[in-house]
Amino acid sequence: MQEAQSALQASYLHHQGRYKGLLGWIFSTDHKRIGLLYLYSITTMFVVGLLLGLAMKFELLAPGKTIMEARDYNATFTVHGVIMIFMIVIPGLPAVFGNFLLPLMIGAPDVAFPKINLLSWWFYVAGVFLVLAALLFGSGTPDTGWTFYAPYSFKTGTNMLPAIFGAFVLGFSSILTGLNFIVTIHRMRAPGMKWMKMPMFAWTLYGTAWIQLLATPVVGITLVLVALERIFGIGVFDPALGGDPILYQHLFWIYSHPAVYIMILPAMGAVSEVIPTFSQKHIFGYKALIISTMAIAFVGYLVWGHHMFTAGMSGTAQYAFSLLTFLVAIPSAIKVFNWISTMYKGSINLKTPFYWASSFIFIFMIGGFTGLVLGSLATNVHLHDTAFVVAHFHYIVFGGVSFSFFAAIHYWFPKIYGRMYDEHWAKVGWIMFFIGFVSLYTPMFYLGMKGMPRRYYDYLPEYHGANILSTFGSWILAMGFLVIVVNLVRSARKGEIAVANPWKGKTLEWTVPSPPPFENFKEIPVVGEKDGPYNYE
Amino acid sequence: MESTHHAHHLPYDAEASKIGMWLFIFTELLLFGGMFIVYSVYRYLNPEAFHLAGEELNTFIGAVNTVILLVSSMTIAMSTSAIQKNDIRLTNILLGITLILAVVFLFNKYFEWSAKFSHGIYPGSQEMLGTMSQGEILFFGLYFVMTGLHALHILVGIALITWTMIELKQKKIHHEKYDLLENSGLYWHLVDLIWIFLFPLFYLIH
Ligand SMILES: [Cu+2]
Repeated sequence: MQEAQSALQASYLHHQGRYKGLLGWIFSTDHKRIGLLYLYSITTMFVVGLLLGLAMKFELLAPGKTIMEARDYNATFTVHGVIMIFMIVIPGLPAVFGNFLLPLMIGAPDVAFPKINLLSWWFYVAGVFLVLAALLFGSGTPDTGWTFYAPYSFKTGTNMLPAIFGAFVLGFSSILTGLNFIVTIHRMRAPGMKWMKMPMFAWTLYGTAWIQLLATPVVGITLVLVALERIFGIGVFDPALGGDPILYQHLFWIYSHPAVYIMILPAMGAVSEVIPTFSQKHIFGYKALIISTMAIAFVGYLVWGHHMFTAGMSGTAQYAFSLLTFLVAIPSAIKVFNWISTMYKGSINLKTPFYWASSFIFIFMIGGFTGLVLGSLATNVHLHDTAFVVAHFHYIVFGGVSFSFFAAIHYWFPKIYGRMYDEHWAKVGWIMFFIGFVSLYTPMFYLGMKGMPRRYYDYLPEYHGANILSTFGSWILAMGFLVIVVNLVRSARKGEIAVANPWKGKTLEWTVPSPPPFENFKEIPVVGEKDGPYNYE
Repeated sequence: MESTHHAHHLPYDAEASKIGMWLFIFTELLLFGGMFIVYSVYRYLNPEAFHLAGEELNTFIGAVNTVILLVSSMTIAMSTSAIQKNDIRLTNILLGITLILAVVFLFNKYFEWSAKFSHGIYPGSQEMLGTMSQGEILFFGLYFVMTGLHALHILVGIALITWTMIELKQKKIHHEKYDLLENSGLYWHLVDLIWIFLFPLFYLIH
């Protein structure tokens, strides 16, 4: 107890650097503090995005106008999408938990370029303010949807430029994080930690970092072209000048499909840490998990065309993209198989992170299977641009991020704050969020199959019932979120003091005190010849 | 490590900063890669118009600028060899030459662009809409965007080389620690390489 108390005093949380107070955080190059900066800024933006989402669901509570006009609805789903995708889903796990944990997990004092790491957070903040500027000033809130499809994105009179520029800056922030992680993993692993001894979460960060690096520039240049199109009228996406809007869609999805994997790989990584710890077993099929991670990262790069089956492409291209989309399901299924096998005959410790991780598998499976429905050509034509797509997308992207994120935040909470969260309220939050989530999105599968289009503020009377259920679900989910946040904030201040390794985790971050000291390791650990990825002695 | 330090003192790792720079160069190549895709799609769709429009460009200035960049790539590469031999003066001179060549490149670009502007060729120009086909408009749209983006990279390169020269003067760069010089060189080679692609695509292929 005494010891734990002094660990808290000596930790990075109380470390006195060059600056005091708030400045000591926003100018800190310590990867742990930067991770928390991301945590707080991402949570703040998530609340904004969530409120916009709730407003949309409220609008759909009844047919006709409920609380907003059609154009306000268009603006709401655009801003909701831009915030959620570019500010939460993409930076999400890598920026928060990657920053906090990667150096700890591989036995390093920090990331390779701490200053660039801080710069990347500053870019994030700049991007956030640019997008918010588009929202609040100028000639109206953007109404193109988060995809900025041409030619509407340069024809609309709304304030697109700051939003596009903001997305560009956020992309740059993401590239810098990815670059940092790749170099960190290549150069700073503890002595003896070979590639095949790296924890799964570090591996998935590695795969994600490559996608961030290789895919983001493409959307960057595409957004630049849209901006230049707006300012100068260069013509590349403008059919009136000979340009091709379909080309925009290709370039956009070349990035934005892999963007889903930027999010899902570290989500899978976090789950791959939580499940063995709480099953009190070694992870099943470590190598298969790594190979499937890399396979997803690679194949995920080649499937973007499935967003455009109805937009105009040759039959051959359709078959190829459909086939490749189905191929991604294989490594994903391998992962699910490995997680379940890890639990098999384990001594399961039913704590909140395990609840989140196992419900992640459930949500991910539904999202994945409905993805196959959309990936096959015949059904796609029927379901394209319906609520079904929105439901699938939210199951994968929102479900993928939120369930893994909450698994991670509860799992690593004692490490981050040196205190335990309240188990009872954490579980209450989980069950509310889970029920809310399922009742929010499951009716939308049904609505989509019945033909309700997406992105409309109005609908036919026969869709009323399912929409009411969905809106109720959004309220339960929001209350669940509130319970989770209040519980974590309270626990961070008043929770029971945590020991260094409360869950008997096997990775290196559990070998240092909770919270970790500023310099991470008093001495850089050495991984022995006989140690595996999950039993450092 | 004393806890009074404000940042982690990581051991100097030239290899890490070089890998970092290479990764950054990958992203730059992909950025221009996106543009090259757009270019090839439209060239494929409008072969005649691209042919006609390409003849409007001044191949002579383009060729001069190519030579300028090639020579500057050589001088900056030589500056790395000079610093390895600890010849600060020579390093400085070679970097200075690189810098001058970069500025000359931009001057040429400026005259080239102004000539186009004075003929009414610029994005969004009403004159172009009246007299040119869609393919030609696209050609010039891409020409201005791609060479403009490249010129922006020249500017960044100039800033980087200037920074290197300042650190050289402050003796922060010497024969045992010259990763910034090497990275500036890498970046400059990238800028050069992109031009090596832009030059034939716009000026030579007819
Ligand atoms: Cu996709």
